[in-house]
Amino acid sequence: MQTHQYDVVIVGAGGAGMRAALESGKRVRTAVLTKLYPTRSHTGAAQGGMCAALSNVEDDNWEWHTFDTVKGGDFLVDQDAAEVMAKEAIDAVLDLEKMGLPFNRTPDGMIDQRRFGGHTRKHGEAAVRRSCYAADRTGHMILQTLYQQCIKHEVSFFNEYYVLDLLFNEVDGVRRTAGVVAYDLATGETHVFRAKAVVFATGGAGKVYKTTSNAHTLTGDGMAIAYRRGLPLEDLEFFQFHPTGLAGLGILLSEAARGEGAVLRNAAGERFMETYAPTLKDLAPRDVVARAMANEVRQGRGAGPNRDYVLLDLTHLEPAHIDAKLPDITEFARTYLGVEPYTEPVPVFPTAHYAMGGMPTTVDAEVLADNDHVLPGLYAAGEVACVSVHGANRLGTNSLLDINVFGRRAGIAAAKFVERAPWVELPESPEADTVALLEGIRERESGERVAALRRALQETMDANAQVFRSEATLKQALADIHALRERYANVSVQDKGRRFNTDLLEAVELGFLLELAEVIVTGALERKESRGGHFREDYQNRDDVNYMRHTMAYRTESSDGDATVRLDFKPVVVTRYQPMERKF
Amino acid sequence: MATATVEQAPAAADAVPSFQVTMRLRRFNPEQDTEARWEDHTLTMYGTDRVLDALHKIKWEIDGSLTFRRSCAHGICGSDAMRINGRNRLACKTLLKDLPLDKPVTVEPIKGLAVLKDFVVDMEPFFEAYRSIMPFLVTSGNDPSRERRQSPEDRARYDDTTKCIMCAACTSSCPVYWTDGQYFGPQAIVGAHRFIFDSRDEGAEQRLEILNDRDGVWRCRTTFNCTDACPRGIEVTKAIQEVKRALLFRRG
Repeated sequence: MQTHQYDVVIVGAGGAGMRAALESGKRVRTAVLTKLYPTRSHTGAAQGGMCAALSNVEDDNWEWHTFDTVKGGDFLVDQDAAEVMAKEAIDAVLDLEKMGLPFNRTPDGMIDQRRFGGHTRKHGEAAVRRSCYAADRTGHMILQTLYQQCIKHEVSFFNEYYVLDLLFNEVDGVRRTAGVVAYDLATGETHVFRAKAVVFATGGAGKVYKTTSNAHTLTGDGMAIAYRRGLPLEDLEFFQFHPTGLAGLGILLSEAARGEGAVLRNAAGERFMETYAPTLKDLAPRDVVARAMANEVRQGRGAGPNRDYVLLDLTHLEPAHIDAKLPDITEFARTYLGVEPYTEPVPVFPTAHYAMGGMPTTVDAEVLADNDHVLPGLYAAGEVACVSVHGANRLGTNSLLDINVFGRRAGIAAAKFVERAPWVELPESPEADTVALLEGIRERESGERVAALRRALQETMDANAQVFRSEATLKQALADIHALRERYANVSVQDKGRRFNTDLLEAVELGFLLELAEVIVTGALERKESRGGHFREDYQNRDDVNYMRHTMAYRTESSDGDATVRLDFKPVVVTRYQPMERKF
Repeated sequence: MATATVEQAPAAADAVPSFQVTMRLRRFNPEQDTEARWEDHTLTMYGTDRVLDALHKIKWEIDGSLTFRRSCAHGICGSDAMRINGRNRLACKTLLKDLPLDKPVTVEPIKGLAVLKDFVVDMEPFFEAYRSIMPFLVTSGNDPSRERRQSPEDRARYDDTTKCIMCAACTSSCPVYWTDGQYFGPQAIVGAHRFIFDSRDEGAEQRLEILNDRDGVWRCRTTFNCTDACPRGIEVTKAIQEVKRALLFRRG
């Protein structure tokens, strides 16, 4: 085992992690640990843009952006946090431009802006051009630009280091952050990183589901590690299903397609969104569109031989316009489905896309240990975190915004903390739990395959905890998850080696997914209302009297060692906007 | 993408039914093998399945020790460049049905970088070359309060090279790079091009000086392997030629 010491350790090298590293790295000694290489993170798959009220092409202001975010999130958004994000969005975009990000430009050379779902002027009057973009590669450009800046500022990266545990120690009766434990994929060695502050920027957990836009590596590691160490997870029952995944594959086709004028049609060719959202139509928030699509299919109006998808129609757009604004997603349609978007509509269906919930934080990215107390030295930003700026449904482009605004805040806050905080002693045998976890799996001679269990988990989540949910389906999912957890205790891997043992890491990741699936489903069962991305067929209305509150899920162990989810609740922060009926 | 595509025909895969394919893999386990060996697996796959799906099927159902990098699975993250039927491609972007299936599909690690295990190579020399060409915007003076202006035409000038996902398909297809590890390789030159031709940047002179080095841009023999290999469709050789011309123009 090797031990390292840094003032700040950042876990994850996507947009949030690298944005934090740029701030922290110029103030204090900082290391970034990533299970991939920095430019491999899923920030790079984001397409459509990053909203900010720049008013470059249309009158706009941050207060409208705040309102849209709150309403889009079905009033579960903490409004103070949404206001911070919408205000700082403007500088966040300008900062990226100054770092070199190649935004698309207006004829007079300013950053161009386009429409995006749920973003409106004057509190819902009409769609507004707010999304700053670089073709349909905005996330790619953000990831590249941040990595380039990290090179410029000589940020220290530990690539292919899987962080598997979070270390704490008590000082004067208060639990404080002491560091992390990481597994070096190349050598199979365990490394302990002692740090005054740790920033989790590990991204989402889309692999809980079968049909997902998420990368194979998005297994919720950070959330699950924190949860296992007794920290709460907030609002995990809210998962976003992006309307336009390539049918059967889940590969994302950006909302920017609809922002540029594409429309959704059912098998009869009807533009069905006109019925579901008369004002914003195809640019209504994602939960509304995804439900409408799923409903069309349920009512027998789906397209294709199995009537199980709807169609994204771009055929009325000029090919030159498509090439200029949507080159990648049209290539996806050609490559993966053999469909030519110039002339044929593209088969699409909702795909699991984004965890609105995560590790609860303050607006300075400090992680909460309960409703009222932060855990000194621990920070989180990006999809792993829940500030909560997305509430029950995230608006398109607000994730790229979130990682930049709160990634920056996390880096600054962690560095400031380091300047005043003392070192915390490492706990005794800091690596012991991680070694036990890994060797327990590696040494098991025979048992079930990881892939079989993972598929069973993903299938029950798709069938029972997706766009439509009910008590019966959620109870089924929970029973399945419990059965899978028992089977997981007996999984084994074939690769017993030390070097690049991805077989072993996939087994660990499955353990994380199982924890998170249980939290998602338990929260969804308890929430007997429909709000944003969480739709209960048995409780179809929003219930502000009983459920306008955040879910806080804790892992508890009974005396016989069985882990269960304990739910607590936290009030929503309301500043300017009282809940109203959500029409689009 | 959905992981389950290996076992079930996806909803939109009605055009091409299932088929048999033999995957011929170049395996190397540093803890067991003294040299690389070939291994065949015959699988039933479906219409929209990619080479990556076949590799996953083997790893998940037959041999868990098969090792490769992958993440996004749709050609954006750049993790899974491999040599497929002798050509550098992304495993997640190569559909099996587009390959000749009457003979085995060969999969090998990309060339020119040390093989660490199966299809995992040492990427460090590749990233080192990229880091050495100052791949970041260089400006002088104070930042403006708003954005720097750039016309759509100036923005279009370097658009092609902004698409790079650093998968190394180009660099590891270059015969000069195979024989001379000191050469920067096509990707680093693409990375430099992206800034040299950005109207906002003031670092072109320094970058060109770096690329004018003995192991720099002049080592390119214009074989176009890199352009053929690029999964993003970047005109890599053209970009290299533009950098060469910029150097000649600067000298003149």
